[in-house]
Amino acid sequence: MTTSTRYRETIAVRLTSDIVLARSQTRALAARLGFGKADQTRLATAVSELTRNVIMYAGSGACQITDTSDAEFNRIEIEVEDHGPGIADIDMAVQDGFSTGASMGAGLPGTRRLMENFSLQSAPGLTQVSVSLSVRKT
Amino acid sequence: MKIAIPRLGRILLCAIQQDLSDDEALAFQSNLLETIAEVEALGVVIDISALDVVDSFMARVINDSSNMASLLGAEIIVCGIQPFVAMTLVEMGQNLLRANCTFNLEQGLKTLQTRIALRGDFQAIHDDGECSDDYLD
Repeated sequence: MTTSTRYRETIAVRLTSDIVLARSQTRALAARLGFGKADQTRLATAVSELTRNVIMYAGSGACQITDTSDAEFNRIEIEVEDHGPGIADIDMAVQDGFSTGASMGAGLPGTRRLMENFSLQSAPGLTQVSVSLSVRKT
Repeated sequence: MKIAIPRLGRILLCAIQQDLSDDEALAFQSNLLETIAEVEALGVVIDISALDVVDSFMARVINDSSNMASLLGAEIIVCGIQPFVAMTLVEMGQNLLRANCTFNLEQGLKTLQTRIALRGDFQAIHDDGECSDDYLD
């Protein structure tokens, strides 16, 4: 298996219509890789939450959708980054109901529950969130 | 994209037929509330069966719309939530979406008519103001 043929797409996130594009591209890749409808929906929803945070808190950023499948699993990894002010308190940001904006504070904790892996690094000028979901090959 | 909001007496029926951006969702919310006020709608059924993602933002727009509508005097019923959307919403967090729901538009309409009759707003069902005892039992 070569890695060069794997799917990777980077979507610039600036407008709320970019959120729509990012979630539909994620869903399309998930469908191609044999993820079930439930996992397609989890992935699309996670991407929606993460890209919205970019627009709400940083103004703009990027979302990279990558097929990181191996011999045993099909896997999609999503990396979202922005150059905004960063998250002051990461522990609080992943708590249910905590928001510094006008939202319900459900985005990050919800995304963490939907995905298998969730990592978040943030400092002023660079915030990176990476999530992934895999399905065993049949 | 503007979502049509057809009227049936003093009930509004609308179907969101494609994935909406946040801006479109907010535009729909404001258009819906204006329409409710304009026709003094007593109830609204919103079909979201075409939405394959309802994230925390969309959930909030629906919750808020429902609260706003009730301040005007209308109640909102959401119908057609996809099973995988329901799973994802509950996995993300309990009570993310707090709406009265039914399987489809038809059932939503019936539920709404019953609720409106129960609260005593008979004109909703018959524009001429005649009370029907269909809804009193």
